[in-house]
Amino acid sequence: MATVAAVIASTHHPFYYRASTSTGADRPPFADEWVAKIEAFRETLTRARADVLVMVGSDHFHQLWLDNMPQFLVGKAPFYDANWYNEEREFGLPRMFVRGDEELSAHLLREGMDAGFDLAFSNELRIDHSLTCPLITLRPQADLPIVPIYTNIFAPPLPQPKRFVELGKTIRQLVESWPSDKRVAIIGTGHLSLELGGPRQFGPHGPDPEFDRKAVQWIASGDLGSALAEVSLESLWLPGNATHGFMDFMLMMGVAGENVKADYTDSLDLFHTMEAYFTWYPEAAK
Amino acid sequence: MSKYLLNKFLYTVDRDPELVERYRADPRGTVTWWEAERANVILNLPGAERSTWLKFTDTEREALATHDYPKLFELGAHHFLTLTLFIALFERDYDEPLGFQLEYARNLSHVTMPYPDIST
Repeated sequence: MATVAAVIASTHHPFYYRASTSTGADRPPFADEWVAKIEAFRETLTRARADVLVMVGSDHFHQLWLDNMPQFLVGKAPFYDANWYNEEREFGLPRMFVRGDEELSAHLLREGMDAGFDLAFSNELRIDHSLTCPLITLRPQADLPIVPIYTNIFAPPLPQPKRFVELGKTIRQLVESWPSDKRVAIIGTGHLSLELGGPRQFGPHGPDPEFDRKAVQWIASGDLGSALAEVSLESLWLPGNATHGFMDFMLMMGVAGENVKADYTDSLDLFHTMEAYFTWYPEAAK
Repeated sequence: MSKYLLNKFLYTVDRDPELVERYRADPRGTVTWWEAERANVILNLPGAERSTWLKFTDTEREALATHDYPKLFELGAHHFLTLTLFIALFERDYDEPLGFQLEYARNLSHVTMPYPDIST
Protein backbone atom coordinates (compact mmCIF):
# COMPACT_ATOMS: atom_id res chain seq x y z
CA MET A 1 0.00 0.00 0.00
CA ALA A 2 1.02 3.62 -0.47
CA THR A 3 2.89 5.46 2.26
CA VAL A 4 1.87 8.85 3.59
CA ALA A 5 5.32 10.41 3.50
CA ALA A 6 4.28 13.79 4.91
CA VAL A 7 1.21 15.80 5.84
CA ILE A 8 1.72 19.49 5.26
CA ALA A 9 -0.60 22.39 6.04
CA SER A 10 0.06 26.04 5.41
CA THR A 11 -1.37 29.38 4.59
CA HIS A 12 -1.16 30.37 0.93
CA HIS A 13 0.01 33.88 0.32
CA PRO A 14 -0.14 35.05 -3.30
CA PHE A 15 2.33 37.88 -2.56
CA TYR A 16 5.17 35.48 -1.74
CA TYR A 17 6.26 34.92 -5.33
CA ARG A 18 6.68 38.61 -6.07
CA ALA A 19 8.23 39.39 -2.67
CA SER A 20 10.76 36.58 -2.99
CA THR A 21 11.80 37.35 -6.56
CA SER A 22 11.93 41.15 -6.34
CA THR A 23 15.23 42.95 -5.99
CA GLY A 24 16.60 46.37 -5.05
CA ALA A 25 14.11 49.04 -4.08
CA ASP A 26 11.20 46.76 -5.04
CA ARG A 27 12.14 44.14 -2.47
CA PRO A 28 9.99 44.53 0.67
CA PRO A 29 11.82 44.68 4.01
CA PHE A 30 10.25 41.44 5.24
CA ALA A 31 11.25 39.43 2.15
CA ASP A 32 14.53 37.96 3.43
CA GLU A 33 13.04 36.61 6.65
CA TRP A 34 10.06 35.24 4.71
CA VAL A 35 12.29 33.48 2.17
CA ALA A 36 14.40 31.94 4.96
CA LYS A 37 11.29 30.55 6.63
CA ILE A 38 9.91 29.20 3.35
CA GLU A 39 13.22 27.51 2.49
CA ALA A 40 13.26 25.79 5.88
CA PHE A 41 9.63 24.74 5.36
CA ARG A 42 10.45 23.46 1.85
CA GLU A 43 13.05 21.17 3.34
CA THR A 44 10.31 19.38 5.32
CA LEU A 45 8.78 18.20 2.03
CA THR A 46 12.11 17.53 0.33
CA ARG A 47 13.23 15.16 3.07
CA ALA A 48 9.94 13.19 2.79
CA ARG A 49 11.00 12.00 -0.70
CA ALA A 50 7.45 12.10 -2.02
CA ASP A 51 6.51 10.65 -5.41
CA VAL A 52 3.02 12.16 -5.62
CA LEU A 53 1.29 15.18 -4.07
CA VAL A 54 -2.35 15.26 -3.04
CA MET A 55 -3.10 18.97 -2.89
CA VAL A 56 -6.09 20.48 -1.09
CA GLY A 57 -7.13 24.05 -1.81
CA SER A 58 -10.06 26.16 -2.93
CA ASP A 59 -10.77 27.71 -6.30
CA HIS A 60 -11.15 31.49 -5.97
CA PHE A 61 -14.02 31.89 -8.47
CA HIS A 62 -11.81 30.96 -11.39
CA GLN A 63 -13.23 27.81 -12.96
CA LEU A 64 -15.91 27.01 -10.38
CA TRP A 65 -18.82 29.40 -10.49
CA LEU A 66 -22.18 29.98 -8.85
CA ASP A 67 -24.18 28.38 -11.67
CA ASN A 68 -22.64 25.01 -10.92
CA MET A 69 -20.81 24.96 -7.60
CA PRO A 70 -19.41 21.73 -6.17
CA GLN A 71 -18.68 21.48 -2.44
CA PHE A 72 -15.79 19.01 -2.77
CA LEU A 73 -14.19 18.26 -6.14
CA VAL A 74 -11.33 15.97 -7.17
CA GLY A 75 -9.34 16.69 -10.31
CA LYS A 76 -8.89 13.66 -12.54
CA ALA A 77 -6.76 14.74 -15.46
CA PRO A 78 -3.34 13.81 -16.84
CA PHE A 79 -2.20 17.44 -16.72
CA TYR A 80 -3.14 20.72 -15.08
CA ASP A 81 -2.48 24.17 -16.43
CA ALA A 82 -2.22 26.66 -13.64
CA ASN A 83 -2.75 30.28 -12.68
CA TRP A 84 -5.05 32.82 -14.25
CA TYR A 85 -4.96 36.21 -15.90
CA ASN A 86 -6.21 38.01 -12.78
CA GLU A 87 -3.53 36.30 -10.65
CA GLU A 88 -0.87 37.36 -13.14
CA ARG A 89 -2.34 40.88 -13.05
CA GLU A 90 -2.63 41.27 -9.27
CA PHE A 91 0.14 39.06 -7.90
CA GLY A 92 2.56 38.61 -10.78
CA LEU A 93 2.14 34.82 -10.62
CA PRO A 94 3.65 32.86 -13.53
CA ARG A 95 1.72 30.43 -15.72
CA MET A 96 2.53 26.87 -14.63
CA PHE A 97 1.95 23.33 -15.87
CA VAL A 98 1.94 20.16 -13.75
CA ARG A 99 1.31 16.50 -14.34
CA GLY A 100 -1.60 14.68 -12.72
CA ASP A 101 -1.78 11.19 -11.24
CA GLU A 102 -5.03 9.88 -12.70
CA GLU A 103 -4.73 6.50 -11.01
CA LEU A 104 -4.71 8.08 -7.56
CA SER A 105 -7.49 10.47 -8.62
CA ALA A 106 -9.63 7.51 -9.69
CA HIS A 107 -8.91 5.72 -6.41
CA LEU A 108 -9.86 8.74 -4.30
CA LEU A 109 -13.06 9.29 -6.28
CA ARG A 110 -14.29 5.69 -6.25
CA GLU A 111 -13.33 4.90 -2.70
CA GLY A 112 -14.29 8.36 -1.44
CA MET A 113 -17.82 7.96 -2.77
CA ASP A 114 -18.05 4.52 -1.24
CA ALA A 115 -16.88 6.01 2.06
CA GLY A 116 -19.72 8.55 2.12
CA PHE A 117 -18.47 11.59 0.18
CA ASP A 118 -20.27 12.16 -3.11
CA LEU A 119 -17.30 13.90 -4.68
CA ALA A 120 -17.56 15.95 -7.85
CA PHE A 121 -14.83 15.52 -10.42
CA SER A 122 -13.22 17.44 -13.25
CA ASN A 123 -11.39 16.04 -16.27
CA GLU A 124 -10.13 19.47 -17.31
CA LEU A 125 -9.18 21.69 -14.42
CA ARG A 126 -7.09 24.82 -14.47
CA ILE A 127 -5.77 25.23 -10.95
CA ASP A 128 -5.25 28.52 -9.13
CA HIS A 129 -3.01 30.05 -6.48
CA SER A 130 -4.49 28.01 -3.62
CA LEU A 131 -2.52 25.11 -5.14
CA THR A 132 0.26 26.91 -6.97
CA CYS A 133 1.35 28.94 -3.92
CA PRO A 134 2.31 25.74 -2.07
CA LEU A 135 3.99 24.45 -5.23
CA ILE A 136 6.02 27.66 -5.40
CA THR A 137 6.93 27.51 -1.73
CA LEU A 138 7.38 23.75 -1.25
CA ARG A 139 8.28 22.34 -4.67
CA PRO A 140 9.11 25.17 -7.05
CA GLN A 141 10.38 22.80 -9.73
CA ALA A 142 6.76 21.47 -9.85
CA ASP A 143 8.07 18.10 -11.05
CA LEU A 144 5.81 15.74 -9.09
CA PRO A 145 2.39 14.58 -10.28
CA ILE A 146 -0.53 15.92 -8.27
CA VAL A 147 -4.12 15.18 -7.41
CA PRO A 148 -5.97 18.45 -6.78
CA ILE A 149 -8.86 18.50 -4.33
CA TYR A 150 -10.97 21.64 -4.18
CA THR A 151 -13.23 22.58 -1.29
CA ASN A 152 -15.86 25.29 -1.18
CA ILE A 153 -14.86 27.79 1.51
CA PHE A 154 -16.06 30.70 -0.56
CA ALA A 155 -19.65 30.55 -1.76
CA PRO A 156 -22.33 29.95 0.89
CA PRO A 157 -23.98 27.60 1.62
CA LEU A 158 -20.78 25.87 2.75
CA PRO A 159 -20.29 22.41 4.24
CA GLN A 160 -19.95 22.33 8.03
CA PRO A 161 -16.46 22.38 9.60
CA LYS A 162 -16.91 18.80 10.82
CA ARG A 163 -17.34 17.68 7.20
CA PHE A 164 -13.97 19.17 6.33
CA VAL A 165 -12.43 17.23 9.23
CA GLU A 166 -14.20 14.03 8.19
CA LEU A 167 -13.05 14.46 4.59
CA GLY A 168 -9.49 14.91 5.82
CA LYS A 169 -9.67 11.71 7.85
CA THR A 170 -11.12 9.92 4.83
CA ILE A 171 -8.40 11.19 2.48
CA ARG A 172 -5.77 9.88 4.87
CA GLN A 173 -7.42 6.43 4.97
CA LEU A 174 -7.86 6.36 1.20
CA VAL A 175 -4.23 7.21 0.49
CA GLU A 176 -3.12 4.55 2.94
CA SER A 177 -5.33 1.98 1.19
CA TRP A 178 -4.12 2.87 -2.31
CA PRO A 179 -2.54 -0.26 -3.81
CA SER A 180 0.72 1.37 -4.81
CA ASP A 181 4.27 1.49 -3.54
CA LYS A 182 4.43 5.25 -3.95
CA ARG A 183 5.18 7.81 -1.28
CA VAL A 184 2.40 10.39 -1.09
CA ALA A 185 2.58 13.81 0.53
CA ILE A 186 -0.79 15.32 1.40
CA ILE A 187 -0.58 19.11 1.28
CA GLY A 188 -3.35 21.56 2.03
CA THR A 189 -3.53 25.30 2.28
CA GLY A 190 -6.01 27.60 3.92
CA HIS A 191 -6.07 30.75 5.97
CA LEU A 192 -5.94 31.98 9.52
CA SER A 193 -7.97 35.14 10.18
CA LEU A 194 -8.36 37.01 6.91
CA GLU A 195 -10.36 39.96 5.63
CA LEU A 196 -10.83 40.60 1.91
CA GLY A 197 -12.91 43.46 0.61
CA GLY A 198 -13.90 44.64 4.09
CA PRO A 199 -12.92 47.36 6.57
CA ARG A 200 -10.26 45.24 8.31
CA GLN A 201 -8.28 44.32 5.19
CA PHE A 202 -4.56 44.96 4.74
CA GLY A 203 -3.90 46.03 8.32
CA PRO A 204 -0.47 45.77 9.99
CA HIS A 205 -1.37 42.25 11.20
CA GLY A 206 -4.09 39.74 10.45
CA PRO A 207 -7.54 41.02 11.42
CA ASP A 208 -7.74 38.86 14.58
CA PRO A 209 -4.36 38.03 16.17
CA GLU A 210 -6.09 36.28 19.09
CA PHE A 211 -7.87 33.89 16.72
CA ASP A 212 -4.56 33.31 14.94
CA ARG A 213 -2.79 32.48 18.20
CA LYS A 214 -5.46 29.95 19.14
CA ALA A 215 -5.64 28.50 15.65
CA VAL A 216 -1.88 27.90 15.45
CA GLN A 217 -2.05 26.15 18.82
CA TRP A 218 -4.95 23.94 17.69
CA ILE A 219 -3.14 22.92 14.51
CA ALA A 220 0.27 22.39 16.09
CA SER A 221 -1.19 20.16 18.81
CA GLY A 222 -3.82 18.45 16.63
CA ASP A 223 -6.50 19.74 18.99
CA LEU A 224 -9.54 18.97 16.86
CA GLY A 225 -11.74 18.88 19.96
CA SER A 226 -11.18 22.55 20.75
CA ALA A 227 -11.24 23.61 17.11
CA LEU A 228 -14.57 21.89 16.48
CA ALA A 229 -16.01 23.18 19.77
CA GLU A 230 -15.14 26.80 19.03
CA VAL A 231 -15.49 27.02 15.27
CA SER A 232 -18.77 27.14 13.38
CA LEU A 233 -19.87 28.48 10.01
CA GLU A 234 -21.30 31.47 11.90
CA SER A 235 -18.32 32.10 14.19
CA LEU A 236 -15.84 32.17 11.31
CA TRP A 237 -17.28 35.48 10.09
CA LEU A 238 -16.03 37.20 13.24
CA PRO A 239 -12.22 36.96 12.85
CA GLY A 240 -12.47 38.24 9.26
CA ASN A 241 -14.81 37.82 6.32
CA ALA A 242 -12.53 35.36 4.48
CA THR A 243 -11.69 33.22 7.52
CA HIS A 244 -13.74 30.25 6.30
CA GLY A 245 -10.50 29.24 4.61
CA PHE A 246 -9.54 27.99 8.08
CA MET A 247 -11.72 24.97 7.32
CA ASP A 248 -9.03 23.77 4.91
CA PHE A 249 -6.66 23.77 7.90
CA MET A 250 -9.27 21.76 9.80
CA LEU A 251 -9.39 19.31 6.91
CA MET A 252 -5.62 18.94 7.18
CA MET A 253 -5.92 18.40 10.94
CA GLY A 254 -8.22 15.52 10.02
CA VAL A 255 -5.54 14.17 7.69
CA ALA A 256 -2.85 14.49 10.37
CA GLY A 257 -4.99 12.88 13.05
CA GLU A 258 -6.61 13.93 16.31
CA ASN A 259 -4.14 15.06 18.97
CA VAL A 260 -1.17 14.33 16.75
CA LYS A 261 1.41 17.05 17.29
CA ALA A 262 3.02 18.60 14.25
CA ASP A 263 6.69 17.66 13.81
CA TYR A 264 7.42 21.10 12.39
CA THR A 265 5.68 24.38 13.21
CA ASP A 266 6.56 27.88 12.16
CA SER A 267 4.74 31.15 11.62
CA LEU A 268 5.41 34.68 10.44
CA ASP A 269 3.42 37.72 11.45
CA LEU A 270 2.96 39.72 8.26
CA PHE A 271 0.80 42.66 7.31
CA HIS A 272 -2.73 41.60 6.26
CA THR A 273 -2.46 38.01 7.51
CA MET A 274 -0.33 35.68 9.59
CA GLU A 275 1.59 32.98 7.78
CA ALA A 276 1.73 29.51 9.38
CA TYR A 277 3.51 26.31 8.36
CA PHE A 278 3.07 22.77 9.72
CA THR A 279 4.47 19.35 8.81
CA TRP A 280 3.73 15.93 10.21
CA TYR A 281 5.63 12.72 9.46
CA PRO A 282 3.21 9.82 10.02
CA GLU A 283 5.93 7.21 9.39
CA ALA A 284 7.96 8.38 12.36
CA ALA A 285 4.96 7.87 14.64
CA LYS A 286 4.53 4.23 13.63
CA MET B 1 -32.21 41.55 -4.72
CA SER B 2 -30.13 39.89 -7.40
CA LYS B 3 -26.85 39.26 -5.63
CA TYR B 4 -26.12 36.46 -8.05
CA LEU B 5 -26.31 38.85 -10.99
CA LEU B 6 -24.12 41.44 -9.27
CA ASN B 7 -21.56 38.71 -8.72
CA LYS B 8 -21.91 37.54 -12.33
CA PHE B 9 -21.13 41.04 -13.55
CA LEU B 10 -18.07 41.35 -11.30
CA TYR B 11 -16.88 37.87 -12.25
CA THR B 12 -17.27 38.16 -16.00
CA VAL B 13 -15.73 41.63 -16.18
CA ASP B 14 -12.82 40.72 -13.91
CA ARG B 15 -11.71 37.81 -16.09
CA ASP B 16 -11.67 39.79 -19.35
CA PRO B 17 -8.87 42.37 -19.77
CA GLU B 18 -10.81 44.34 -22.39
CA LEU B 19 -13.91 44.52 -20.22
CA VAL B 20 -11.84 45.67 -17.23
CA GLU B 21 -10.62 48.65 -19.26
CA ARG B 22 -14.05 49.33 -20.70
CA TYR B 23 -15.66 49.30 -17.25
CA ARG B 24 -12.98 51.63 -15.90
CA ALA B 25 -13.42 54.15 -18.74
CA ASP B 26 -17.21 53.97 -19.15
CA PRO B 27 -18.91 52.34 -16.17
CA ARG B 28 -22.48 53.31 -16.98
CA GLY B 29 -22.23 52.39 -20.64
CA THR B 30 -20.59 49.08 -19.80
CA VAL B 31 -23.29 48.19 -17.27
CA THR B 32 -26.08 49.07 -19.72
CA TRP B 33 -24.48 46.99 -22.48
CA TRP B 34 -23.72 44.09 -20.15
CA GLU B 35 -27.23 43.90 -18.75
CA ALA B 36 -28.71 43.90 -22.25
CA GLU B 37 -26.28 41.50 -23.88
CA ARG B 38 -24.58 39.40 -21.24
CA ALA B 39 -26.69 39.18 -18.08
CA ASN B 40 -28.71 36.24 -19.40
CA VAL B 41 -25.88 34.33 -21.03
CA ILE B 42 -25.34 31.08 -19.16
CA LEU B 43 -21.61 30.65 -18.93
CA ASN B 44 -20.34 27.60 -20.78
CA LEU B 45 -23.52 27.27 -22.88
CA PRO B 46 -24.17 28.31 -26.49
CA GLY B 47 -25.66 31.80 -26.76
CA ALA B 48 -29.03 30.53 -27.96
CA GLU B 49 -29.55 28.64 -24.68
CA ARG B 50 -29.72 31.81 -22.64
CA SER B 51 -31.82 32.64 -19.61
CA THR B 52 -34.71 35.07 -19.91
CA TRP B 53 -35.24 36.49 -16.41
CA LEU B 54 -32.10 38.10 -15.02
CA LYS B 55 -31.96 41.86 -14.45
CA PHE B 56 -30.57 44.31 -11.89
CA THR B 57 -32.64 46.32 -9.46
CA ASP B 58 -32.31 50.09 -9.94
CA THR B 59 -30.13 50.30 -6.83
CA GLU B 60 -27.79 47.58 -8.03
CA ARG B 61 -27.49 49.04 -11.51
CA GLU B 62 -26.69 52.47 -10.09
CA ALA B 63 -24.06 51.06 -7.70
CA LEU B 64 -22.26 49.36 -10.58
CA ALA B 65 -22.65 52.37 -12.88
CA THR B 66 -21.00 54.65 -10.30
CA HIS B 67 -18.19 52.28 -9.22
CA ASP B 68 -19.74 52.46 -5.72
CA TYR B 69 -17.97 49.56 -4.00
CA PRO B 70 -19.18 50.44 -0.48
CA LYS B 71 -22.72 50.15 -1.84
CA LEU B 72 -21.91 46.81 -3.47
CA PHE B 73 -20.65 45.61 -0.08
CA GLU B 74 -23.88 46.77 1.54
CA LEU B 75 -25.94 44.97 -1.12
CA GLY B 76 -24.20 41.67 -0.38
CA ALA B 77 -22.06 41.36 -3.48
CA HIS B 78 -19.26 38.87 -2.84
CA HIS B 79 -16.45 40.78 -1.15
CA PHE B 80 -13.72 38.85 -2.95
CA LEU B 81 -15.10 39.54 -6.40
CA THR B 82 -15.60 43.23 -5.68
CA LEU B 83 -12.12 43.64 -4.21
CA THR B 84 -10.36 41.81 -7.01
CA LEU B 85 -12.04 43.75 -9.80
CA PHE B 86 -11.70 47.14 -8.12
CA ILE B 87 -7.98 46.57 -7.48
CA ALA B 88 -7.67 45.96 -11.22
CA LEU B 89 -9.57 49.17 -11.92
CA PHE B 90 -7.93 51.59 -9.52
CA GLU B 91 -4.71 50.31 -7.91
CA ARG B 92 -2.78 51.90 -10.78
CA ASP B 93 -3.89 55.39 -9.67
CA TYR B 94 -2.05 55.21 -6.33
CA ASP B 95 1.67 55.79 -5.79
CA GLU B 96 2.06 53.95 -2.49
CA PRO B 97 1.93 50.13 -2.34
CA LEU B 98 -1.54 49.08 -1.13
CA GLY B 99 -2.67 52.70 -1.34
CA PHE B 100 -5.95 51.79 -2.98
CA GLN B 101 -6.55 48.75 -0.77
CA LEU B 102 -6.16 50.86 2.38
CA GLU B 103 -8.49 53.57 1.05
CA TYR B 104 -10.98 50.82 0.23
CA ALA B 105 -10.84 49.69 3.86
CA ARG B 106 -11.32 53.26 5.09
CA ASN B 107 -14.33 53.70 2.83
CA LEU B 108 -15.90 50.70 4.56
CA SER B 109 -14.92 51.74 8.08
CA HIS B 110 -18.52 52.58 8.98
CA VAL B 111 -19.53 48.93 8.55
CA THR B 112 -20.36 47.01 11.72
CA MET B 113 -20.73 43.28 12.39
CA PRO B 114 -22.47 41.27 11.17
CA TYR B 115 -21.61 42.14 7.61
CA PRO B 116 -24.31 41.93 4.93
CA ASP B 117 -25.20 38.39 3.92
CA ILE B 118 -23.37 37.26 0.76
CA SER B 119 -25.39 34.07 0.30
CA THR B 120 -26.82 33.66 -3.17
